[in-house]
Amino acid sequence: MSYLSLTGIQKRFPNGFVAVQGFNLAMEKGEFVSFLGPSGCGKTTTLRMIAGFEHPTSGTVVVDGADITDRPPNRRNVGMVFQAYALFPNMTVADNIGFGLKVRKRDKASIARRTTELLELIGLPGTGKRYPWQMSGGQQQRVALARALAFEPQVLLLDEPLSALDAKIRVSLRAEIRAIQRTLGITTVYVTHDQEEALSLSDRIVVMSEGRIEQVGTPFEIYNFPTTPFVARFVGTLNVLGARVVDASAGRLDVGGQEIRTAGPVGAAAGSLVSLALRPEILAIGDGGPDDVRLRGTVDEVTFLGAVVRIRVALPGSAGVASVDTFNNPHLAVPVRGAAVTFSFPAEACLVLDGAGRDAVAAAATAI
Amino acid sequence: MTGEVDRLHGEFEQLTGPTAPPSRRGPGGRPWASWVVLLLSLAYFFLPLVGTLLYSLREQPFLAAYAEMARDPQILSTLTYSFAIGVITIIVSIVLLVPTAFWVRLRLPRLRPIVEFVTLLPFVVPPIVLVFGLISTYSGPPLPFTGTNTGSDVLLTCAYVVLSFPYMYRSIDAGLRTIDIRTLTEASQSLGAGWFTLLWRVILPNLRVSILSGAFLTLAIVVGEFTIANFLARPMFATYLQLISGNLAYEPAAVALISFGITWAAMGLIALVGRGSQAKVELTGAH
Repeated sequence: MSYLSLTGIQKRFPNGFVAVQGFNLAMEKGEFVSFLGPSGCGKTTTLRMIAGFEHPTSGTVVVDGADITDRPPNRRNVGMVFQAYALFPNMTVADNIGFGLKVRKRDKASIARRTTELLELIGLPGTGKRYPWQMSGGQQQRVALARALAFEPQVLLLDEPLSALDAKIRVSLRAEIRAIQRTLGITTVYVTHDQEEALSLSDRIVVMSEGRIEQVGTPFEIYNFPTTPFVARFVGTLNVLGARVVDASAGRLDVGGQEIRTAGPVGAAAGSLVSLALRPEILAIGDGGPDDVRLRGTVDEVTFLGAVVRIRVALPGSAGVASVDTFNNPHLAVPVRGAAVTFSFPAEACLVLDGAGRDAVAAAATAI
Repeated sequence: MTGEVDRLHGEFEQLTGPTAPPSRRGPGGRPWASWVVLLLSLAYFFLPLVGTLLYSLREQPFLAAYAEMARDPQILSTLTYSFAIGVITIIVSIVLLVPTAFWVRLRLPRLRPIVEFVTLLPFVVPPIVLVFGLISTYSGPPLPFTGTNTGSDVLLTCAYVVLSFPYMYRSIDAGLRTIDIRTLTEASQSLGAGWFTLLWRVILPNLRVSILSGAFLTLAIVVGEFTIANFLARPMFATYLQLISGNLAYEPAAVALISFGITWAAMGLIALVGRGSQAKVELTGAH
């Protein structure tokens, strides 16, 4: 049985706007799941429904077998870390961390013990007497995490906790969050719009768009096997080329007048338009191996990005433009603009997405 | 009227917050002009007080008026009574207005203009009308408050609570504006706190400076209020002052100056207590 399950969750606001619909998710104990999506996709609203700050229009939230859908937020035993830290300015760090325990009427000695233990865990020993305004943003967020963990909640919720921090702190703190979560084995839901955060932290990712789940999977699955055009475009960089199905059962596609063969059958009728999605790092300039798929085009642009060189290749017709990312190398023979090139990729790397019509394919036929 | 309240709040903001460095250039670019304006304003404010002080010192021997007042037991008893009523008024106002302002800001923002209008009504209704309304309503059954001293004390306190509305509500509301009450509320609820714990341990402490500024304004008003106290026949400081001014020459001036000193001491306490607190509230959290 799952530890945290959201079943049939829908949220419709009084003005008629539907923020979340048809949300179903089952999480195991100790699992770290991220809700990933653009602003306004419903991820924070869903998190707030778990916390109890929003009430679902329909559906249930069950934690460890108990239906908490109608419980007020202060009776859910769910810890939350906010984007704006939300530390109590009138209390010391120790008082902030001990607040949840004091509310639960624990004795002073055990509160002090637990506070010391958590300060060690978050790497801020001896800072109990400081006030939040005497600490940096990263330190404050760690204190906020310790405060949310102090009373040993059943579920930990984090609402974009790192978005207010600078890039370097974000990277180090997210590793700490994950390490702490693994040490404690606490079931965690993490909301973010940052793909790198979601991919690096999560056991599973729920990609959301316009209030719906687009895909649920491990970071590897989400990145390498996106099942919808939205996921393919949103997560990572993707080349989306226009193609026409020649032979669906054989996996033969026409891409800009060039016929290629994918690794398996294509789930679309012959003659229909589809999108061929390819990760830039999978493509290689040259003919590749004997089993690799090859496409020919003209070099449109070469961009030096430091560790990576990105070569944009325009395909004939309206197939679009593919970006080929290759690691920088002083001995790399970089093609020039206007040169004819061939690039190759394994047949297994082909992701054929459902066609959405001519205009959508043309509009999507650029590297994002 | 709103401008008057804002002006008073502005004065307290200057007392509690960091002051901007004085401009070096006055109006029209003349450096000395701002000093002239400042000196004229200070003279306008302090000259009557100096005159009162000099008048109070006329009685011989030196400080005789002050010595005479120090011997009068009524000055202490009326001051004590006024302060006690003032403190009770402040407590009742806090209990009434902090949850109201908090709830309006958190859940009922559309009601804010209506609540603000209601809290400004004391400026519209003169105290004489208020006290006659209270007397006519509560001088007979079923609620004969004016029949006993305690009942009159209750009426007096309630009247002062109403009079303090504009100052207390706006102070509290201004304080609530500086803290992210929604996130703090959700944070404390996620930690298991109920509404009372939230208000008592999170909201109130963060409104300390605002409440204090409203409280001392209220205290100053209560101590100096005459009309309601006089018609309810309560032994307030202002009624005592009016009594002695009809019978003595120099002592009223001395007592008036003493009351000024008490008020300024109260305002000085705001500056002392509030210094630095506002900066701490603003620095915490990502806004």
